[in-house]
Order: sequence, then C-alpha cells, then structure tokens
Amino acid sequence: MNWDTIFSVSVESAIGTSAVIYTLAAIGINVQFGYTGLLNFGQAAFMAVGAYGLAIGVATWGLNFWLSVGIGLAAAVALALILGVPTLRLRADYLAIVTIAAAEIFRITVRTSNYRDVTGGTDGLQQFSGAFFDINPYGRGEYGIGPVSFDERTTWVLTIGWILVALCCLVVYLLMRSPWGRVLKAIREDEDAVRSLGKNVFSYKMQSLVLGGVIGALAGFIFALSTGSVTPDSYAPEVTFFAYTIVILGGAARVLGPVVGAVIFWLFIQFSDQVLRQAISAGYIPNSVMDTTQVGAVRFILVGLGLMLLIIFRPQGIFGDKREIALDAR
Amino acid sequence: MRKAAIALTAFLGGLLIVLGLGAGSASAQEGGEAVQGTLVSAGQPVAGVKIDVKVEGGVAVGNAVSDDKGKWRVDVPSGGRYEISLDTATLPEGVGLINPDQQTLRVQVFSGNVRTVLFRIAPGGAASEKSESKWDRVPQLIFDGINFGLIIALAALGLSLIYGTTGLTNFAHGELVTLGALGAYYFNVTVGLNLIPAAILAVVVAGALGYTQDRFFWGWLRRRGTGLIAMMIVSIGLALVLRNLYLYFFRGQSRQYSDYTIQAGLDFGPVNVTPATLFGMAIEIVIIAAVGIALLRTRLGKATRAVADNPSLAASSGIDVERVIRIVWTVGAAIAGVAGILLAMQQSVNYQMGFQILLLVFAGVILGGLGTAFGALVGSLIVGLMIQLSTLFIPEEMKNVGALLVLIVVLLIRPQGILGRAERVG
Repeated sequence: MNWDTIFSVSVESAIGTSAVIYTLAAIGINVQFGYTGLLNFGQAAFMAVGAYGLAIGVATWGLNFWLSVGIGLAAAVALALILGVPTLRLRADYLAIVTIAAAEIFRITVRTSNYRDVTGGTDGLQQFSGAFFDINPYGRGEYGIGPVSFDERTTWVLTIGWILVALCCLVVYLLMRSPWGRVLKAIREDEDAVRSLGKNVFSYKMQSLVLGGVIGALAGFIFALSTGSVTPDSYAPEVTFFAYTIVILGGAARVLGPVVGAVIFWLFIQFSDQVLRQAISAGYIPNSVMDTTQVGAVRFILVGLGLMLLIIFRPQGIFGDKREIALDAR
Repeated sequence: MRKAAIALTAFLGGLLIVLGLGAGSASAQEGGEAVQGTLVSAGQPVAGVKIDVKVEGGVAVGNAVSDDKGKWRVDVPSGGRYEISLDTATLPEGVGLINPDQQTLRVQVFSGNVRTVLFRIAPGGAASEKSESKWDRVPQLIFDGINFGLIIALAALGLSLIYGTTGLTNFAHGELVTLGALGAYYFNVTVGLNLIPAAILAVVVAGALGYTQDRFFWGWLRRRGTGLIAMMIVSIGLALVLRNLYLYFFRGQSRQYSDYTIQAGLDFGPVNVTPATLFGMAIEIVIIAAVGIALLRTRLGKATRAVADNPSLAASSGIDVERVIRIVWTVGAAIAGVAGILLAMQQSVNYQMGFQILLLVFAGVILGGLGTAFGALVGSLIVGLMIQLSTLFIPEEMKNVGALLVLIVVLLIRPQGILGRAERVG
C-alpha cells in the first residue's frame, strides 16, 4: 500500500477537473433545487448540450471557438425553455421524470449512428479545443505543490474552471440577496403565497431553470475541454445523481455548499477507490472477493448509500438549514 | 393476509410454467481489445462465415469463422480504427447482406474495450428489404409493440399501485425488474434448473425483496414522517446501490438463459412470432387480467383502491392500510420480476435492463394517469406501440425517443393522463 500515492491522487481529484465539473453542475442544481425547489433531474442534459454545442460548432461546422461557446450557452437556454413550458406548472415528481426523460432523449439522439456526421455517434467528437489551449499561458511542465501536481493543459483548464466557480458563486450570492432571489426562496416555501402577491411564479421558475441550466452548460464546457472529447455516454443520468449528492452533502441553499460538497465528495470517492485498488493489487483483498473491475461498482454503491443516508438522517448536509430544504412537498 | 400475498406470488410464479423462449443476441467477453459479433439471419444463427479484420488502410490483423451460435470474435492488438469485412462467398445459399454496401465496416476500437460489430444479413439478402415496403412491416410492428407494451404494463402495474397507495415515486422499481431476470439466470444457469422452475423461484425472490423493502425500509421511513420528495431521492440512491450490487456480482456482460434461446418463428399471416413469445404474451395477459379482476372484485382489491383513493378515509373505515400497502409491494415486486424474466428472454440478461426500461415504465404510468392501475395498462400499451411503430419514421436506435417525447406532449395537453381524474397536479 503506497499511502503517498493514495493521498496525492485523492487530493488531486478533490481540486482537479472532476471537482470543478461537478461543482459547476451542482451550483446549477443548487439554484434550481436548493433555492427554488425545482427538481431538475436532467442536469446531465444541460451539460451535454453545452459540450455538444461547443464541439459541434468547432469540429463539425468549423466555426470560431468563442462563437461555439455561445452556441453551447444558447442551446442550454433553449433546452431550459423547451423543458420548462410543459413541466413547470406541474408537481415536483413530474418535473423530475420529464427532465430525466429529456436528458435521455438528448443522449440517445446524439449517439444515433444516423447523425454520425454531425455528432460523431457513440465515438463522439474530438479536436475542438485547439483555440482554448493556444492561449494557454503555462509553458510545458508540471505545476503544483509537492506530490500534488498537474500538467500544463490541466492546470490551464483548472485555472479557468475555478475562476468560473468563483464567478458563479459570486453571481448566486448577489442574486440570492436581491429581491429576485427572495422571490425564488418564497416560491420554494409557498408558491400560492407568492402568487397572491401578484408575482408571476411561472416566469420566476423559468428564469431559475435557465440560470441553473446555463451554469450546467459551463460544467459541460469544462468537461469537454478537460478530456478533449465529447462522448454521449459521459452524460448518463448518474452524472445528475452525483451532482445531487454533492448539493445535499454540502448543504442545499448555501452559496458555498456545492463547492465544499464537490471537494469532499471527490476526496472521499478517489480515496476509497485508491485504497481498494491498492489493497487488491497488494493482495490484502483476495481476487475472489473483489477485483479491480469491480471497484467502479463499489464507488456507485457508496454514492447511493451516501445519498440515502444523507437524505434520511441529515437532509441539510454540512452547512444547510433543515427548514430551508424543499423535501416535504407533495 | 400475508399468506394471501405469498400465495399470489407463488401463483404468479406458477403461471411461468407455461413459459418457453428467447432470441439470440451478442454477449460480451472479458479480455483485451477485440471486435466481435453474432451473425443472425431471420432469428437463426449463421455458422461458418469468414470475417477478416485489418487495420484501416493497412495490414491484416486476423480472421474468424462464426461458430454454430453465429458468434465470431477477432482479438486486435490495440485500440484504433479497423476495417472488418464479411466474406460473402462463405454465406450459406440464399442468405445475403441486407445492404451490400456494408460488406466492409469501419469501426473505432477503444483501448481495453471489445467492440461489437453488426452485419445485417437476411434470407434473400438485399431483396428481402426491397420487396417489403414500409407499410408491410406494420402488422409485425403492431404485434411487437403490444408484446413490449404488455411487458411494460407488468412493471407499470406495481409502480402505479405503489404510487397510488403510498405516494412514492419509486425510481428503484426498475431494479425489481432486473432482480427477476437475474434471479432466473442464477437458478437457470448457475444452479442448473430448467428455466421454468428457475423463473418461479426468481419471482418468489423478487416478491420477497418487495415485501422486505416495505417491511423494513419504506414502512420505517413512512412512520418517521419522511417527506415524499425525500423518499423519491432515497429511491434514487437505493436504485444506484442495487444496480451496482448487481454489477458487482453479475458483472457487465449481457448473457442468455440456457433454455429456449433459439427457436424458429411461426408465421401467422404477416406476423412472425416464436412460440416462446406467444407463451410469454399469454402469461402477461393472464397476470394483467388476474390483477384487474382482483382489484375490481375482491375485498383486498377494493381495499387497495380505497387506500389509493384516500388513505386516511380508508384507515378510518377499518381498512388496515399498512397491510394493504405491504401486499401491494409484494405483489407489485413479484409482477415486476415476471416482466424482467420475459424481457430478458426477448433481449438478454444484464445488470441495467430494469433501469433502461424504467423511463418507459414511467411514461406508461404517466400517460395512463399516475396511480390508476388500468391507466397504467393503457399507457403502457401506447408506449409499446409508439416505440415499435416509430421505427417506420425514425432510426431503430432512437425508438425510445418517440415514447419519451409523447410523454412530454401528453403532459402539455392532459397532465392528469388519459384515465386520470382531472385534478390539480401543479
């Protein structure tokens, strides 16, 4: 068991690209679920339309990188509008089912081989990130402190990623202190009361869905840039469930909840992953009990258990306030 | 009444005695990079066909000849792009490629992965598709749609009744479907029983899991006063746990039962159907009819509908609500297990089959009206037909998209579903 590797890999994961991607996705969910009480279970779709907007723009249509970023953002807004119109007037569980369905519709459509020319089918799209790495200020090499380090490309993605996280947190902080944010929280607590004050609840919910979706698209950009490719099956429903676990772990309706949640989540996931893998290769866990291909399943089992235990015993997570969690509505 | 639940579970299992079936499909194997596939012509495996593999625009890597199950596999040295060609001269007399341009396929193999390659062949080759216009496929598609719709309906009945009686939107219902299929695989292949007794045992196991889940978990959460949205998120966590426990023990491959997997189809006019599918449909119809009659005619069925209508009123009129809920869970889970076994006989067994149809089940339930048992039946049949008939207009790979789109459209114009009562759902 090499504990140095276990710790450095875990810490790299806790501040690395997965943490950034899931923080952004979770901030989006926090706006929708934490502040407004909307159960958007299709965050993976918002990430996917962002990533695909960027990749299709550059790799398929040969457009400018920044224009393609705009396409990705516009696609996320469009998806929010399309999803919101039929579902925002309905009960929470309907919204949950329809948003998951929409995410699957998008994923199945882009992986269909008939549209391979545009979307790349199951292989997805590559070679769209050139312009982003052309302006990389970091020279070739490893950057980091002690055993925790990243190569120049990852460092550049992380720099931009954490800046985006900071900006999103700032935007959420300012918005939720504004009258607009107070209306959102009031909708979460009692929709009819807000309606009786003459507010257009549907419109506020829609704005919340759009804002959260756009932040989800930012997560999709970072995902696409960090791996240099966009593949349909990276946007499976599990991505959304992970992000929900992060929101609830950190504390819903708290500005820094998603950030803390994502860091702890990935620290824990990668740590348990590494310990299991090393214990298997060192022979502490016999192959008849578990081999390395089963470690991935254990990760999901732990996440599922964590989500169940959190919701049952500590729905407010680390920082949240139990009275602010929208879990009792029917 | 617990006895009644167990007896009904056993009865449902017993129905499976009438069962036979299956269709061949590709199954993955473990190892390094490889390309593989299964050659099937009109439901029959095609043996002795030579497949050549070479690096795209480069040297030959190897070749393989399909075995008597139609399977072939060529190991390739590393990830990359490969050209796979089928030697048409080795095809049996009268069998040909449906699309002659696809004699050579180019695919990307990712490192560490096995890529499945599909050559579409049929008796008569290219002529088989051309002679058949789009509309000639309609009767077969309608038949397949009804069959698939009935399987979805089995899963949907339990989901809808559980929703109706407890208010829980259960995202872990798909895992009960998978449990039925996996349980039957365990008793059939690992233990070595014939598929029919294996299926009965698996249905009992699924029913038992439904009972235990409610007895020790959901019932406890209800008594704690956990909110409905919280319970829904808990069910998502539970689904993740169960699905990956299956993955842990069963691994990621798709596998086949050892009985009734390859059968010649029978022709009824324009519709071709295997005997096993026919028996499967008979079981589906009998179960649905039995549940329907039970709901309408028996005391327990009336009690169930009363609880679904208004739990507090039902309790105050002397109905033991908890007992009704427990029976609904047990029977619902057992029926979901039946759905899983029938589905696995038509496709193959894998750890996420239940999750893959869960959204279609939800679509069926919502289309018909959440919480209404007969709505679930109607909605599921519509979903099954939509899925099959939509292949007339959209690519086969996208057939589930049509059903999910209908779900969204129905919510736009009739949110309470086709048979649901027009009450506020917002």
